[in-house]
Amino acid sequence: MGVKKKMVERVRGLMSQPENIRNIGIVAHIDHGKTTLTDNLLAGAGMISKELAGTQLFMDSDEEEQERGITIDAANVSMVHEFEGEEYLINLIDTPGHVDFGGDVTRAMRAVDGAVVVVDAVEGAMPQTETVLRQALRENVTPVLFVNKVDRLINELQVDPETMQIKLGKVIDNVNKLIKGMSEEKYKEWRIDASNGTVAFGSALYNWAISVTYMQKSKIDFKEVYNYCKDNNMKELAERCPLHEVLNDMIIKHLPDPLVAQKRRVPVIWHGDADSEIGAQMASCDPDGDTALMVTKITRDPHAGEIATGRLFSGTIVRGQELHISGTSGTDRIQQVGVFMGPERVEVEKIPAGNIVAVTGLKNAIVGSTATTLRDMYPFEMITHASEPVVTVAVEAKHMRDLPKLVEVLRQVSKEDPTLQVKIDEETGEHLLAGMGELHLEVVAHRIERDKGVEITTSEPIVAYRETIMGRAGPVEGKSPNRHNRFYIEVSPLEPEIVDMIKSGEISMKMDKIERRDKVMEVGMGKDEAKSFSAISESNILLDMTKGVQYLRETMELIIEGFEEATTAGPMSREPCQGLKLRLVDVKLHEDAVHRGPAQVIPAVRQAIQAAILMADVTLLEPFQKVFIQVPQDHMGGAISEIQGRRGAILNMTQEGDVTDIEAKTPVAELFGFAGDLRSATEGRALWSTEFAGFESLPKNLLPEIVSQIRTRKGLKPGIPKPSDFVSE
Amino acid sequence: MLTFVGLGLYDEEDITLKGVRAIKDADMVFAEFYTSKMMGTTIERMESRYQTKITTLSRGEIEADPAWLYHAIDRDVVLLSGGDPMVSTTHIDLRLRASDLGIATVVVHGTSIASAAAGLAGLQNYRFGKSATIPFPYTVRSKTIVSETPYNTVLLNRDNDLHTMLFLDIDPEKGFMAISEAAQLLMQVDERGLLDRALGIGIARAGSPDVVVKCDYIRNLAGSDFGAPMHLLIVPAGLHQMEAEALVRFAGAPDEIIER
Repeated sequence: MGVKKKMVERVRGLMSQPENIRNIGIVAHIDHGKTTLTDNLLAGAGMISKELAGTQLFMDSDEEEQERGITIDAANVSMVHEFEGEEYLINLIDTPGHVDFGGDVTRAMRAVDGAVVVVDAVEGAMPQTETVLRQALRENVTPVLFVNKVDRLINELQVDPETMQIKLGKVIDNVNKLIKGMSEEKYKEWRIDASNGTVAFGSALYNWAISVTYMQKSKIDFKEVYNYCKDNNMKELAERCPLHEVLNDMIIKHLPDPLVAQKRRVPVIWHGDADSEIGAQMASCDPDGDTALMVTKITRDPHAGEIATGRLFSGTIVRGQELHISGTSGTDRIQQVGVFMGPERVEVEKIPAGNIVAVTGLKNAIVGSTATTLRDMYPFEMITHASEPVVTVAVEAKHMRDLPKLVEVLRQVSKEDPTLQVKIDEETGEHLLAGMGELHLEVVAHRIERDKGVEITTSEPIVAYRETIMGRAGPVEGKSPNRHNRFYIEVSPLEPEIVDMIKSGEISMKMDKIERRDKVMEVGMGKDEAKSFSAISESNILLDMTKGVQYLRETMELIIEGFEEATTAGPMSREPCQGLKLRLVDVKLHEDAVHRGPAQVIPAVRQAIQAAILMADVTLLEPFQKVFIQVPQDHMGGAISEIQGRRGAILNMTQEGDVTDIEAKTPVAELFGFAGDLRSATEGRALWSTEFAGFESLPKNLLPEIVSQIRTRKGLKPGIPKPSDFVSE
Repeated sequence: MLTFVGLGLYDEEDITLKGVRAIKDADMVFAEFYTSKMMGTTIERMESRYQTKITTLSRGEIEADPAWLYHAIDRDVVLLSGGDPMVSTTHIDLRLRASDLGIATVVVHGTSIASAAAGLAGLQNYRFGKSATIPFPYTVRSKTIVSETPYNTVLLNRDNDLHTMLFLDIDPEKGFMAISEAAQLLMQVDERGLLDRALGIGIARAGSPDVVVKCDYIRNLAGSDFGAPMHLLIVPAGLHQMEAEALVRFAGAPDEIIER
């Protein structure tokens, strides 16, 4: 029996013992060594050879990841570890570090109960450390810390043992500070502390680690560790304190099992009735309960087809089971049930609650779906993403014959990665792919060519703007083409708190009306408006303020369609609108239904809204990114002028030794090609990363030029349209 | 001047002599067929019968952008429509627009399906309540909307013991609605089963040599085939003795309705 096969047998046995299961994720800033750590954990568990570990990047099952040396997708694996005489099953998810792929981290955190936060000993906590930590804590996932690359402190920075201890202490302090900043209350529970064993130090590359707990167990002391590094004898050090022993011990001892974790996490990620049967079953991780699976990832396998990976919170998944998928009708039948062993999926007959599972057959599931044996289960909370897709490329098939295939492939990639948006431009027929950054889209484009075998060309990246208003207007009258139907609409800026609530998914049209009314009233919306939500589109709302208009009910869907058309493509440049409050204040309808159909109502409403927006001091918002740069002092000037030359603002600068940390904010439009320019400006000595920072007003003097650029690109008439282009006087 | 001329029910022979005179006197003749269609003729046959050139206008040219109207400022313009020009159309809007431009307007009536259908069915025209059109269902935002207005109109009229005339939708893509589809749509929204025992009178090709008038329960009409368009449906309320007899005699209604 091969090693891997034996492993499957042991995994199978442990799956039904939740006390002996740990579902964990590894999160880090880019390049802090997550994937190397994961490889060595697997090697330690006998799943890949020790020599290859650290270079094989086993979890990077994607060729692209291996080429780039960064992890793009969250991959997962199950392994077995022995601790204090008992065997444990560790289900491990590796997550990407580059913030352009942050969506994956959030999704992975939904599946796990604990997180190993990896921080580079030299660089310390970095911006994305904060981002990924925040994502973990938001999902109520317990953290432990691994301080990686400790050997660099000794060999590259030549620090003495005392300075080293201070340095390491500082790394821990900084991580604690981040946790405290995120939740004062949770900090008590989540504070990490070297003395209680929730911190390990080591080198993932050289395959060793230590923790206070392990030092006591193995009788090795700090001085010895220092000397091993100093003498460059890390091979022996790895034999005395193997990385996987130390890390897995820490994981098992300090991260919660599903029984403990689900009790705490279910109230955060599921807002159904806690006292209901399914509520109790999930909180207690009941394998005999109804099946409740949250899908966190969808991948495509050339043989098996679509594979849905997710966390099973209740029940047991069995081949042939019929599951309802939230938001769809009918059921999907489970075809295969499996666990992941690195890139391979191994089939088993069934998997009980508390595990991470990989199944095929859920053809209607998307990332975030709830799959359940119950017909009407309240779905899991939607996974929210911190970033919005703000960069778009137009994608074309190189060969006309590939066009049908391209359509299917784009549908596929957007299903696999919900942070991607695929749209067809109705004017030009172009396929538009929107993502979180330049790199994100490059990777997706590459993947379409390589994995899906469709040769494509992509346009220059395009920035997504938003149209908004600064004033108010109305009531504006919109007339149907036959002029027998009239709609009177007012527009004003929507309260920023409500825009945030829409963006974060806190309010939606799907939720209970009363609950939504109460939420918006809490931030100051009047009751008349709060109870009158007819629709939400982008981050705009339509309020029906009319009373007793006959036939309005059967006309409402058409009005909403007009509202959606107007707000998804604004009047100025056909960019989506943001932050509009549209009030329908009066309606006059034709007596006969045939004279107030779609062809009459939709354009009347759309044009009234378009004109109203143009009358209300319309402007553009542009997306910003925070840019974090770490650069040696000699090259600081170069880095700063790169920011300032891009309409950027320096927000903060800190010195640490001869290294400067710059925090800046720059319009996304100015950031294309930044990587190359910064490299030349700093002789390649700067490390940098970005983070989405929301939309802000475009400077007034740039408005005409940008509008004209967008309109030209979209083949629209030049110049900013006037209200009279949309409604007659 | 703008003269609205009604073409009547079916072919080029249904127009009145006054209508023909108006065409002869006109400088320009336009026609629209989106509110109704003359099933028994073609534009070419009308042109040759009336000895004039006729320009057909689209719905957009009637509703959104009636630029042709400007010709009527200093010339005599005729607009031809099926039936009677102001019945079941929105052409009053054109008359208002013309008036805004200082154009005088005249209406030359044609036979309307509204009176023809009542007569064909043998129902008393005094006893009709509000009429309505049954529109084709449409899908918007992935929801399919079936208008409940015609159904509600039937109930409202019936409460007052009045008959309801239901015009059937004409759509450039979906074609002419058939009586069977109209009956199905009524039953679809009738969740309370109020039409379970209701009668319907289907009328097809009024004004043509092969006009069909057939009275039956609505649920039976849902599976019927009345042949070529155009169709119309009447939902009668309680029947007067004479109305019932006419329906049995001329529209093949079940005998039992006389007893009801």
